[in-house]
Amino acid sequence: MSGTQRTLTQNPLEKTWVPSLKTRLSQRRGSSVPQFTNSPTMIVMVGLPARGKTYISKKLTRYLNWIGVTTKGINLTPQGFTRDSACAIAALKDVCDYFTRGQGQVVVFDATNTTLERREVIRSFAKENGYKVCYFLGQVKLTSPDYADCDKEEAVADFLKRIDCYKLTYVPLDDDKDRNLSYIKIFNVGSRYLVNQVQDHIQSRIVYYLMNIHVTPRSIYLCRHGESELNLVGRIGGDSGLSTGGAKFASALGAYLRGQCISDLKVWTSHMKRTIQTAEALGVQYEQWKALNEIDAGVCEDMTYEEIQENYPEEFALRDQDKYRYRYPKGESYEDLVQRLEPVIMELERQENVLVICHQAVMRCLLAYFLDKSANELPYLKCPLHTVLKLTPVAYGCKVESVFLNIEAVNTHRDKPVNVDVDREPAEALETVPDHV
Amino acid sequence: CGYHVWNFSEVQILITSRPRRPKLTFVVPQHLCMTNCPTLIVTVGLPARGKTYISKKLTRYLNWIGVPTKEFNVGQYRRECLKIYKSFEFFRPDNEEGLKIRRQCALAALNDVRQYLSVEGGQVAVFDATNTTRERRGTIVKFAEQNDFKVFFVESVCEDPDVIAQNIVQVKLGSPDYIHCNTEEAIEDFMKRIKCYESSYQPLDEALDRDLSYITIMDVGRRYLVNRVLDHIQSRIVYYLMNIHITPRSIYLCRHGESDLNIKGRIGGDSGLSARGKEFARSLMKFIQEQNIKDLKVCTSQMKRTIQTAECLGVPYEQWKPLNEIDAGVCEEMMYEEIQEHYPLEFALRDQDKYRYRYPKGESYEDLVQRLEPVIMELERQENVLVICHQAVMRCLLAYFLDKSADELPYLKCPLHTVLKLTPMAYGCKVESVCLSVDAVNTHRDRPEKTHMLNYLIKCNFFSCFYFTCCKHKYSNWKKRFSSVTFFSCFVKDALTCSHSHNIFQCFESVLRDSPGAQKKKYFVEFVGSTKIF
Repeated sequence: MSGTQRTLTQNPLEKTWVPSLKTRLSQRRGSSVPQFTNSPTMIVMVGLPARGKTYISKKLTRYLNWIGVTTKGINLTPQGFTRDSACAIAALKDVCDYFTRGQGQVVVFDATNTTLERREVIRSFAKENGYKVCYFLGQVKLTSPDYADCDKEEAVADFLKRIDCYKLTYVPLDDDKDRNLSYIKIFNVGSRYLVNQVQDHIQSRIVYYLMNIHVTPRSIYLCRHGESELNLVGRIGGDSGLSTGGAKFASALGAYLRGQCISDLKVWTSHMKRTIQTAEALGVQYEQWKALNEIDAGVCEDMTYEEIQENYPEEFALRDQDKYRYRYPKGESYEDLVQRLEPVIMELERQENVLVICHQAVMRCLLAYFLDKSANELPYLKCPLHTVLKLTPVAYGCKVESVFLNIEAVNTHRDKPVNVDVDREPAEALETVPDHV
Repeated sequence: CGYHVWNFSEVQILITSRPRRPKLTFVVPQHLCMTNCPTLIVTVGLPARGKTYISKKLTRYLNWIGVPTKEFNVGQYRRECLKIYKSFEFFRPDNEEGLKIRRQCALAALNDVRQYLSVEGGQVAVFDATNTTRERRGTIVKFAEQNDFKVFFVESVCEDPDVIAQNIVQVKLGSPDYIHCNTEEAIEDFMKRIKCYESSYQPLDEALDRDLSYITIMDVGRRYLVNRVLDHIQSRIVYYLMNIHITPRSIYLCRHGESDLNIKGRIGGDSGLSARGKEFARSLMKFIQEQNIKDLKVCTSQMKRTIQTAECLGVPYEQWKPLNEIDAGVCEEMMYEEIQEHYPLEFALRDQDKYRYRYPKGESYEDLVQRLEPVIMELERQENVLVICHQAVMRCLLAYFLDKSADELPYLKCPLHTVLKLTPMAYGCKVESVCLSVDAVNTHRDRPEKTHMLNYLIKCNFFSCFYFTCCKHKYSNWKKRFSSVTFFSCFVKDALTCSHSHNIFQCFESVLRDSPGAQKKKYFVEFVGSTKIF
């Protein structure tokens, strides 16, 4: 290869440097997962029918999508033995389409996949197409949360009936014969794991994630810091202290939490003054995470939207065009935020009752993870000041209770304006800016 | 003369501020370190199964991410006790004397573990021994319970004769035990040694040991069994152990080619390569080709200068934002002289504790380590890799591979246009430094001597301000311990010269706090005269 250099240009939206000639040597990275090995991966759920498998499939899919690995769950509903193979073939075709046309990276194949024959079909299909396969075998007890909402006896009867059907043909993975397959086996509701031949980064991340999640009932409380001095004057970023209203909120938050009678609540804040001041008012131990700091607005720190429009009208427009990927000059994007919040999410999964006092953009990212919101919706999620969101995992998702603590605060939510063109009028750019002093 | 003239309020700040210490959390959530529950990691396995390799590597990783960890190798204790190793006979299961000594050594090591975890503030201790019997493991569990330590076992199981042979060649032949033997003798003896343990080996059992927390690593990572991971640190340890491998490979670390801002002596920014920088990129390409590296993966930061360097190589590369240079916040694109002029306080504080110091609106080395942890994890997973990064980033990565402390890290030498080739070897890393013969500016700032700091302060009028500050405030009782000028000056001298002494300011603060106005002038003058440091 010659040593000639292609000129680099900076992508105006993401502020990444890319060679001006688009050849196959250039790569655009969006997720926190290194893309060295590009083969798509199939995660195949094996085992007896149990809603636990679907719970894990959906959770895993949600997590992978959130960290930027395009993932799809493909469900194979068995319609009796005779139609199994037809179903399987149709599903495999879906997988192929998703990987090639849909540019997906991972498929979570949720089905019974119990017969040797069926697994062989999947294995050879993957080999033919150059896909990686990783099997997942979970054994989840009936005490998982999804059984809470149905009649216990009915559920048990239904479950046992299905097990009986499949027991006849179920062949578990064999330690010796299947030694070259990649798989993860979970025993005893997650207290024991067997991991065989983890091939690559994504599989290793998946194993780590699966080992950290649990089904113990608990709640996660998300809220922003109390209203800050800069909030009052409509300025973004910075590191100001609480306003009078903000301080009142902090006390109200303390009262609310005491009322909730939460056992063993952990409290987390960022390293910024306003979240720490809020936590201080609670009078309990709290922990500071730098990763929870608000999005870095770079050159726009401490500015009002009006000032941004005046000084950086093009940046302002680009941001409205793709708020998720837009990176402030010398700052961050929502996409960057997600990458830095991933360890926080991992620790939240490990923990039980937690209160996270953070910031608007950060809260949107965390919320998007729990509520499975897409990258497009994420930057516009409503996270008003002085409002606590109580998230309680149920069934396959999360119950949300929104509690406004009755202390007035400014609105900091800016909707996407109608006109996002770079050459729009200032008034059009500023039409959705919330009121401030 | 280029020195800043201090005013009253600045002095107050200087005196009362401490080196920046992020209040809690960085890589490992502080609740981990705040719970009074240290962790005891216990290796399990026959000889030559990689236990010491795992112990040392894990210790290095945990220390790097900020969890104070120390390993305790029982074999070392045995060598100190026995002085001379004769033969495998010492390890025979029917050797009463041998068994007695081995047990004593294990207990001595456990005692030191207790000292480290309960008294010295250690957070994790790695107890490296065979621990192959349930009885021995039971003793350890009891010991841990008595002392409120959590226990996590790391078992290594391997029956592949090639792996075992390679292990023996790499680390046993060079052991002090076999210093007087030739290769054949050593191997023969060691194989007999292994045999001594085999009959009594009781591997961790699914049923009998179901209540223990452990990971069993089979065949050097082909397969893992994980049982009862209790907390965050154990989960991190498991993740780490599942990502490391022993496949031979090399990691190449270098900085981007010299940049335009480098030439101007300015830090940070996002400038492009200078002409010499481009020349370096071309030399780098030739170097890489000559090395003939199998399947080399190349990664850069998202800053122009590293990308431009990689572009020259003509191979695919990946951009990782975590590899971006340390964010110097308000000091971005400044020269050191400008920083000294505009932010003299910050400049002084940075020299006081470069690892923990965080630029205003920027980052610290400590923050950098946190953001580089996923990079390290990925480098562990990979095989041959070339990382094109930046000075502070390279220092952090190097500190991980070469087990450098937080104190040394910010002063590691990572010059431009030099490639470091790291090859894991035995228990550590071989380093080859290749300077690619393209001139570049030097961007390294050595650790300033403490006297530089003091000299600097004197020359810029610090002490006059200090005096005025003292006089301006009314302080109550001069404590007895400061009544002697000699003691006082010794105190300051000690504070300045002992290894944790970056806190001359803390020292002044306590003087400030404790001294009554009347005495001050006298002590101050005598102090200035008596300290012969400058």
